[in-house]
Amino acid sequence: MKSLGSIRRSFAPWNDPQARPYISFQNVTKRFGDFTAVNDLSLDIYEREFFALLGASGCGKSTLLRMLAGFETPTSGRILLDGQDLAGIPPYKRPVNMMFQSYALFPHMTVEANIAFGLKQDGMPKAQIAERVAEMLKLVRLEQFAKRKPHQLSGGQRQRVALARSVAKRPKVLLLDEPLGALDKKLREATQFELMDLQQDLGLTFVVVTHDQEEAMTMADRIAIMDKGKVMQVATPAEIYEAPSSRFVADFVGSVNMLEGTVTSRNGNSVVIKGNSGAQISVENAGDAAPGADVAFAIRPEKIRVTSKRPETAANAMEGEVWDIAYLGDMTVYHIKLGDGQVVKASALNSARVSEDPLTWSDRAWISFAPDAGVVLTR
Amino acid sequence: MSQASAVTRPASEASASHGPGGIVLSAILSRLVIVVPYLWLLVFFLAPFAIVFKISLSETAISMPPYFPVFSWEDGLSGFWENVKELSFANYLWLVDDPLYFNAYISSVVIAAISTFLALLVGYPMAYAMARAPSSIRMVLLMLVILPFWTSFLIRVYAWIGILKPEGLLNQFLMWAGVIDSPLQIMNTHTAIYIGIVYSYLPFMVLPLYATLEKMDFSLIEAAQDLGCPPISAFWKITFPLSLPGVVAGCLLVFIPAVGEFVIPDLLGGSQTLMIGKTLWNEFFGNRDWPVASAVAVVLLLILVVPMMFFQRAQARSQEQER
Repeated sequence: MKSLGSIRRSFAPWNDPQARPYISFQNVTKRFGDFTAVNDLSLDIYEREFFALLGASGCGKSTLLRMLAGFETPTSGRILLDGQDLAGIPPYKRPVNMMFQSYALFPHMTVEANIAFGLKQDGMPKAQIAERVAEMLKLVRLEQFAKRKPHQLSGGQRQRVALARSVAKRPKVLLLDEPLGALDKKLREATQFELMDLQQDLGLTFVVVTHDQEEAMTMADRIAIMDKGKVMQVATPAEIYEAPSSRFVADFVGSVNMLEGTVTSRNGNSVVIKGNSGAQISVENAGDAAPGADVAFAIRPEKIRVTSKRPETAANAMEGEVWDIAYLGDMTVYHIKLGDGQVVKASALNSARVSEDPLTWSDRAWISFAPDAGVVLTR
Repeated sequence: MSQASAVTRPASEASASHGPGGIVLSAILSRLVIVVPYLWLLVFFLAPFAIVFKISLSETAISMPPYFPVFSWEDGLSGFWENVKELSFANYLWLVDDPLYFNAYISSVVIAAISTFLALLVGYPMAYAMARAPSSIRMVLLMLVILPFWTSFLIRVYAWIGILKPEGLLNQFLMWAGVIDSPLQIMNTHTAIYIGIVYSYLPFMVLPLYATLEKMDFSLIEAAQDLGCPPISAFWKITFPLSLPGVVAGCLLVFIPAVGEFVIPDLLGGSQTLMIGKTLWNEFFGNRDWPVASAVAVVLLLILVVPMMFFQRAQARSQEQER
C-alpha cells in the first residue's frame, strides 16, 4: 500500500462522511475597520483532533482562535461547537480554555493558585480542587514549585504552569496561541512531544496557532495553511508537504522548486509539460491540469538526484551547471543553474562518508527525478 | 639611567602606584553624588524640623521672636546649657489636656480619610479609562488631568464657593431643573470640604493609578475570563490587586496633604469645622503662640510618619518573604 509521507494513520475522522465536526466555522468573516482579518472562512475540526492553524503573522490565525475563545465576535458567519452556536456566549461561559502566547499567568498568585483559579470559578469543593491541582502539578512535573510565584520560575516552567492552568478545567477544546513561541529551540522540541502526549492522555481537542511550520508538522493531525484571512489548504502534514494544492502552499511549507510551463498533452492521469526552459517534463499525478494550461511543476529538493553524467533510466533529466554547494553535514544542498537561468535546489543525503561522484562549483551536472516525484499546480 | 628605568617601569607597577589614588578619588566622587540629596534633606527638611521642634519645647513670650529661650552664639557653651535646661515638654502636655487639639486631629484624619476614599472612587475609573483608551488620545487625557494645575489653587477653591453657595450655580441649576425647591446648604459643611479636597487632589490620585494600570497586561483579564471569571469578578480578583501599589501611592499622596489642609476647610468649611491645619493657623497667627503651634505641627508629623513607616516595613517584609 502506498501512502503519502510514509505515515499510515488510523485517526482520520475527516475522511469519514458520517463523522460530525466538533468545531465548525461557517462562512466566518471578521473585519477591524477597513482591515479584513478573516475572510469568509469555513473550516471543520473534529473531536480529539490536534489541529494547527499555520500562517505568517497577520494572516488571521490568531483572530480565528480569539473568536473561538469569545474575545472577538465574527462580523458575519457562525461558529458551532458540538452543534451549539457560540454567538452571544461570553468567554467565561464557553467550554474552551486558552493558553496565551504571553502565558498571562497572574503575577500576584502562586503556581497553585493560578492552576486553581478556573476551578474556583466553577465552585468546585475545596478538597477536589486540591486534588486536581496536585494532579495537574504532577502532570507538568512542577510539584516542588507549587508555592512559587510566576516571576520565580524559568520560561519553560511558566509555559508548563500556563498549560496546567488551561487544562485544569478539562475543557472540551484547548486553544493554544503560539504555545512554544517563547521557548528556546531545544526546549521547544522536547515540549512538542509533551504536548502531543498530553493531548493523547487527556483526549482533548487541541487547536494550536503557530507560525512555525516544523512545530505544526510535528504535532498536528491536520494543518490549515492560512493567508490573508483565507484557508489555502487543510490537510495532514504529509499531504500538505507532498501534495500541496497551490503554489502558495507549496512555497510556504518547506523548500520547493517551481518549474513553470505549459501542459502539452494529457494521457489518463499523466501529462507532459513543456517547461519555459524548453525541457519536457512527464508527470504521473497530473491533478486537474488540462492541455494548454499554464502550470507549475513543484518538486522538493530531496526528490531530485544530481549526477555528473546523464542518468540512463530517469524519466526526467535536465542539464545544468553547479552554481552553489551548501554542505550541511547530514546532507548537501546543490544549487543547479539550468539552461534558462533558473536555479534548482537539490539535496542529497550524505549516507556515505565518501562520495563516488563528487561535484564541485561550475561542473556540468544533470538533475533527474521520477514522474511521481512532484506535483502539478494549476493555482 | 634613572630616567630610563622610570620609563621602562612595568605597567602593572605604574597602575598600582596610581591605582589607590584613583580609587579614593572615584569613591569620594560617588559618595558626593549620594551626599547631595542627603544634604538637601538636611538643609531643607531636618534643620527646619529641628528648629520647629526646639520652638515646641520653648515657652511663649511677648517678645521678638515670641518665645523663650532663644539660643544665640554670644551665650557660649554655658549659656547654651542654661537655655537647654529651660526647655520642657509642657506644650505637649497642654495638647493632651485640651480636648480641642485631640478633636481637631481626629476630625482631620477622618475628613482626610473620607476625602481620600472619595478621591479613589472618582479617580480609579478615570485612571482605568485613561489606561485603556487608544494610545493616540491618552496623552490628551493625561494633559486634561494636569491642566487645572496651570491656574492658581486658591482661585480654583474660590471658584467652588461660587458654585456651592446657596445662590450659587449648582443650586440655581438644580432649582431650575426642578430637582429641589429650596437651595441646598452645601457651603460651610463637611460635604463642601470633601468636594474641595477631592477636586484639588484628584490628579495626585489619578496619576499613580494610571501609571500602574497602564503597565498592566490586559491579557490577564482575558485569561481570567477564559477561566470562567465574569468581568466584574475579574476586576476584583486581578485588576484591583495588581493596581494596589498605585492605590496606596495615590491614597498617600492625597491623604497626607489633606490631613494638614488649611485653605480648603477655611474657605469652604466655614468657621465651625475643626481641622488641625486651621488650628495650627490660629495658634500661629491668632494667638501668636509659636511654641504650641510648633508642638501641634510636630505631633501632626508623627501622626503621618509613624503609620507610613510601619506600612513600609510591612511591605518590605512581605516582599522579602516572596524571595
